[in-house]
Amino acid sequence: MDRLLDAIAAIGRGTLGAARMCGRITLFALDGVSQIVRPPFYPRMVGRALAEIGYFSLPVVALTAIFTGMVLALQSATGLARFSAESQIASLVVLSVTRELGPVLAGLMVAGRAGAAMAAELGTMRVTDQIDALTTLSTNPMKYLVAPRLLAGAIALPLLVVVADILGVLGGYIIATLKLGFNGHVHLNNTLDFLETQDVVSGLVKAAVFGFLVALMGCYNGYNSKGGAQGVGSATTAAVVSASILILAFDYVLTEIFFIR
Amino acid sequence: MSAPANGTVPKLRIRGLKKAFGPKQVLDGIDLDIPAGTSLVVIGGSGSGKSVLIKCVLGLIEPDEGTIELDGKNLLAMDRKGRERAVATMGMLFQNGALFDSLPVWQNVAFGLLARGRIRRAEARQRADAVLAQVGLAPSVGDLWPSELSGGMQKRVGLARAIAASPDLLFFDEPTTGLDPIMGAVIDGLIVDVVRRLGSTAIAITHDMASASRIADSVAMLHKGQIIWQGGPEALMSSGNPIVDQFTHGRREGPITMELRR
Ligand SMILES: Nc1ncnc2c1ncn2[C@@H]1O[C@H](COP(=O)(O)OP(=O)(O)OP(=O)(O)O)[C@@H](O)[C@H]1O
Ligand SMILES: [Mg+2]
Repeated sequence: MDRLLDAIAAIGRGTLGAARMCGRITLFALDGVSQIVRPPFYPRMVGRALAEIGYFSLPVVALTAIFTGMVLALQSATGLARFSAESQIASLVVLSVTRELGPVLAGLMVAGRAGAAMAAELGTMRVTDQIDALTTLSTNPMKYLVAPRLLAGAIALPLLVVVADILGVLGGYIIATLKLGFNGHVHLNNTLDFLETQDVVSGLVKAAVFGFLVALMGCYNGYNSKGGAQGVGSATTAAVVSASILILAFDYVLTEIFFIR
Repeated sequence: MSAPANGTVPKLRIRGLKKAFGPKQVLDGIDLDIPAGTSLVVIGGSGSGKSVLIKCVLGLIEPDEGTIELDGKNLLAMDRKGRERAVATMGMLFQNGALFDSLPVWQNVAFGLLARGRIRRAEARQRADAVLAQVGLAPSVGDLWPSELSGGMQKRVGLARAIAASPDLLFFDEPTTGLDPIMGAVIDGLIVDVVRRLGSTAIAITHDMASASRIADSVAMLHKGQIIWQGGPEALMSSGNPIVDQFTHGRREGPITMELRR
């Protein structure tokens, strides 16, 4: 009986802790977003964050997208052959990439690269008192450090996903024509024929949400890290893990919103 | 306001200030008055809460209880705008420098000026060079990155950043720790100079008795969350208080050691 009560108490504590955490992150996000729209603005910081999240993630995202497109073409060739539907390879690749794999894989890659870097940078600034120093120099650290990164995350990831979409289709094209012997012209026609605006737009909206989440988790964990180098290390891990899980969870929710009526 | 204008309102008046981290009562009822234009040195053992005390005044840590009055107005009762305005009149040299390592030295020094606006970058650069010269650094240092500086240079840049906007109230958290004795004396001299020139009020934390006697108009000892002694720097080495005596003479045996053993 006692043990049962203990177990229930432990579950209750865990639930309360998780709820408190969600609350704190939500408040942090609201504060950060409200700082985006109120002056003073820091375009320099936004530019820096855009370069860090977007530009420097390009190679990683590009490689991921190309290989994903190639694998998709190869896999669907063998799979679709069972239904004698090999001609659908083009549309399968383009729909998978634009709706799903482009935003999700780019999001995960950026979480591992830029999200981790943000958490490490802000965490180091926290434990070396640099964030406190900002406050003493008439600068709101939420506005100077967090808001530009949130904004840049929501802008940069859709741009990356446009590139990922194109390269993913290219990867599929390469395999379909060079390895599977499809006619290139027909493949491209099939690709575009079945593609609707909504497929691309929904993927880009997902990307904006994922980019915001990556930046949010990187900033939140870095900003609140404590305890020296070890604290910064665990903040970085937490940023990547939580951003990855949130991306997958929000992916489901957004898909439901977009495609299920 | 009821306060008379003849200067009897201290620049900073702290009453009953308390702060606990979890079960640990770090500040346990601090009372302090710092008259305008004077320098107070706070001494106390490692971990006694000296840095926490300063951070409470700067609004970086929210105290649990008590009042902090700046020019007779309670900071803790102000709204955010008022508090920001008050903090804008303060300057702080952090214990470890806390320089922004993503910005070159001159932008560190000019950061507060640029943040408050109404100044162009070229002008800010000139002001930064002038302040760097005050702390004995050449203008070429302004183009270096903080990671390229020695510890002593970082301290001096931190000092330059703290004084760049000519604050009314200055905080120095262990300005000379980790410096050679000569550089320590130089920094102390700079602090005394700056405080006199700006007419500012200053609070400095130090473990260095020689430094304390150079900077201080008055010395306060923080122990177990309270100010247990306050007096002039000349009385420091012969205070008659066993705790202060042990601390200033660095004796192993005494009331402080006995408490640690218990
Ligand atoms: N943000 C914080 N969270 C939890 N505990 C803290 C925090 N800041 C300080 N403390 C605790 O408060 C106590 C006093 O810290 P503080 O940094 O003020 O010491 P100090 O007197 O400045 O020591 P030193 O001379 O070594 O710098 C320490 O025991 C420290 O663990
Ligand atoms: Mg300290």
